[in-house]
Amino acid sequence: MDFSLPTEPMNHKRKNPDPSPDSDESTTQLSSPFPDEVLERVLSLLNSRKDRNSVSLVCKDWYDAERWSRTHVFIGNCYSVSPEILTRRFPNIRSVTLKGKPRFSDFDLVPPKWGAYVHSWLLVFATKYHFLEELRLKRMTVSDENLKLLALSFPNFKALSLLSCDGFSTDGLASITTHCKNLTELDIQENDIDDKSGKWLSCFPENFMSLEVLNFANLNSDVNFEALERLVSRCKSLKVLKVNENMTLEQLHRLLVLAPHLRELGTGSLLQELTPRQHSELKSAFNNCKNLNMLSGFYEVTSIFLPVLYPACTSLTFLNLSYAALRSDELSNLLVHCPLLQRLWVLDSVEDEGLEAVGSNCPLLEELRVFPASDPFEDEILHGVTEAGFLAVSYGCKKLHYVLYFCRQMTNAAVATIVQNCPDFTHFRLCIMNPRQPDYQTNEPMDEAFGAVVKTCTKLRRLAVSGLLTDLTFEYIGKYANNLETLSVAFAGSSDRGMECVLKGCPKLRKLEIRDCPFGNAALLSSFRKYESMRSLWMSGCKVTMDGCRLLAQEMPRLNVEVIRECGNDGFQADKLYVYRSVAGPRKDAPSFVLTL
Amino acid sequence: MERSVSYGGNDLNLEATELRLGLPGSDEHEKQSSPSARTSNKRASPEVAEESSSLSNSNVSDARNGDQDSAPPAKAQVVGWPPIRSYRRNSFQQKKTEADGAGMYVKVSMDGAPYLRKVDLKVYKSYPELLKALENMFKLTIGEYSEREGYNGSDFAPTYEDKDGDWMLVGDVPWDMFISTCKRLRIMKGSEARGLGSL
Repeated sequence: MDFSLPTEPMNHKRKNPDPSPDSDESTTQLSSPFPDEVLERVLSLLNSRKDRNSVSLVCKDWYDAERWSRTHVFIGNCYSVSPEILTRRFPNIRSVTLKGKPRFSDFDLVPPKWGAYVHSWLLVFATKYHFLEELRLKRMTVSDENLKLLALSFPNFKALSLLSCDGFSTDGLASITTHCKNLTELDIQENDIDDKSGKWLSCFPENFMSLEVLNFANLNSDVNFEALERLVSRCKSLKVLKVNENMTLEQLHRLLVLAPHLRELGTGSLLQELTPRQHSELKSAFNNCKNLNMLSGFYEVTSIFLPVLYPACTSLTFLNLSYAALRSDELSNLLVHCPLLQRLWVLDSVEDEGLEAVGSNCPLLEELRVFPASDPFEDEILHGVTEAGFLAVSYGCKKLHYVLYFCRQMTNAAVATIVQNCPDFTHFRLCIMNPRQPDYQTNEPMDEAFGAVVKTCTKLRRLAVSGLLTDLTFEYIGKYANNLETLSVAFAGSSDRGMECVLKGCPKLRKLEIRDCPFGNAALLSSFRKYESMRSLWMSGCKVTMDGCRLLAQEMPRLNVEVIRECGNDGFQADKLYVYRSVAGPRKDAPSFVLTL
Repeated sequence: MERSVSYGGNDLNLEATELRLGLPGSDEHEKQSSPSARTSNKRASPEVAEESSSLSNSNVSDARNGDQDSAPPAKAQVVGWPPIRSYRRNSFQQKKTEADGAGMYVKVSMDGAPYLRKVDLKVYKSYPELLKALENMFKLTIGEYSEREGYNGSDFAPTYEDKDGDWMLVGDVPWDMFISTCKRLRIMKGSEARGLGSL
C-alpha cells in the first residue's frame, strides 16, 4: 500500500479545535503550535502521496490533520488494505485509484475469476464516501451491477476511468451515462468488456453538458453519431475526445468543426477515399485545432490521409501511432511536422529507418514505445526493429528517459552506447522478443548491456530485462540499481544467486515480477524480510515449491503468500506464487484455485 | 493511393507476376503491403534462410533457421509472450484474419453460374493477376482493360461492389485502393457486359 501506517492506535475523534492552554497534551508531547484547522489547510495543499506519507509520520497531530485533509487516495494493491480500514482512516476522500490483479494478468498468466472485485469497495464507499467524485480502476473486476451502484450512490460523481478491467458490459456504461448528472470524465481504456452495443452514448440526457473527457476508442460497437454530435456541441469544455474505429473521416470532420478546442483527439478509421474538397475541408478543420497536444487512434491509416494532419502537429507533444502500421517513410514525413514531440508510441512496422527519422526530427523526445506490429510466433517475416533504430534515437534525442522497446535483436555494445547518450533513463524496458537470445554479434549473454544500464542510469526506477542473461546481470542490478522500484524478469538467470543478489541489493525495490527463471526456494527465502518493504512479488514458472512457500508464510505472518494452483499441478511445485504485504489479513474472497498459505 | 500500379496497356508489370521465393521485405512491393502477416505459404529459400541464420545466432532456438527444404516448424507458443496486453494482441490477430468487408476473401459470382466462388485478394499483387485467376476459375476470357473502353471486345466484364454499395468496373482505381474497398466481385456476361464498353 502506499500510505504508511502508524504503530499507535488511531484517534477516531477529531481533536478539539481550540486547544486550551491548560491542556496537558501540549506539555507532554510534541504538538503543533497551530490550531488544527490551520494545519489542515496547509496540508490540503499537499498533493504528493510521498509527502503526505512523510507528514503523517511526524507526530500524532500531523497524522490526524493529514488524514482529515486527504481527498485523494491511491491503493496500489487492493488486497493490501480493506475498505473498512481505509474509510476509518480517511473520512473525506473524494477520489480513489485502485489497482487489483498482478500485472502479469495482462498477459494471461492469471486465471479468470481470480479476484480484485470492486464490489466490496463500492459497498463501503456508498455509505462512507457519499461525496465521492472520482474512481480510477486498473486490473479490477467490475460488474454491470457495480457500475449501476456507482451511478446511483454518488450524486457528485464526476470521473470514471477503467483500464485493463473485466467483468462488465456496455450496459454498465449506460448506467453511468444515464445517471451521473455531473460526469466530467468517462475514460474506457483497454478492457475486457462485453461490447453489446453503442447505446450507452445515447443515454446522456439532452441537457447534459459537463463532459470534458470522453474516451471510447477501444469499444467496437457503433454509437449513434447524431447523439455524439449533439453531445460534443453541448459540452463546451470538452478537452479529450477519443472515438472508436468505426468513425469515418466525414464524421471526424464534423466533430472537429464542433470542437476545435480539443487538447487530445483519438481518430477513428482513416481508410477512406477523400475527394479533394473533403481533403481540404479536413485539413482546414485540423488547422483550426490550435490546442491539440495529443493524437491517437489511427486505425487503418493510409498515406493519403496523413498530410491532412500536418497543420495540427505543430503543437503536438504526444503521438500515439501504436495501432497504425506505418512505414518508415510515412512516419518520417509526419515527424517533420512534429518538432515539439515529447512522447511517441509506434509499431515496429516503421523499422530502423523510421526510428532514424525520430532521432532526426524530435530533439525534445522523452518517451518512446515501440510495439510489435504482428505476432512474432506466427509470422515468418523478419521485420521489426533492431539495435540500430534504438541507437539512432539515442543520438538524436538526448532527453530520452522512458523507453519500451520490442525488438528482434540487440547487442551489448549498442546498449552501452545508448545509455552513454542518454544517461537519464528512469524507465528502461527492453524486450528482445526471442526468449534467451544472446548478443547476435558476439553470441554472448546480454549481461553487460544491463550492467551498463544500471551503472550509468542512476535515476533508473523501472527495468525490464530480456535476452540471454546469467546471474551476472542480477549481480549488477543488486549492486548498482539503487533507485530501482520495479523489476520485470523473464527467461533469465542461471541460479538462485541471481534473485538473491537483487533481494540483497535494490534498497527501493517495490515490485518484483519473475517468470520462467531458474530461481527456487533458496532464492525466495534468502531475504524474506524484504518482502514487507515491497508491494508485491510474483514468481511463475520458476523452481519454488509448496514447502518453500509454506516456510515463507510461517516466517512472515504479515505477508499474504498465495499460490495459484492450475489443473495438472502435482501439488509439489508452486507454479504461480504471489506474495504481498497486507494489513487486511488473508483474502476472504479467494477462489478455490488460490491457496493462501 | 500514391503508389502507381500499372495494369493492362503496354506495361506488363512483370514484377507483379514474377514468382518469388524471397522473404517479404526483400523487395519494395512487399514492403508496401500491410505488415500484417501474409496468408500466402511462401517458404524461405536457402539463401534467405542463411541470411536469417546470421542475424539470429545459432544459440537461438529459432525455428526459422531449421530445415530449409521443408516448412519451418511453428515455434512453440509461449503463454503471455511477448508481453503485450491482450487487447493489442487481438488487434493484430484481427488484422491478419481480415473481415470480408475489408476485401480479403471475397465472393465471386458469375452470371449464369449455379454457385459462387471465393478468392483471396491478398494473394494477388495487381489486376492482371486477379483477372487471370478469374479466367482460370470460370474458364473464360475477360481480355484486357483499357481506361477508355473497359473490357471492350469481351463477353465478360468484371465488376465489384465497393464499400458504398456501388457496382464499379474492375480496373479503374489503383490496385491498393481496390482491394481495400472491394466487398464482392461479379462477372457480368453477355449483352450487359458488352454494353459497358460503349458507355
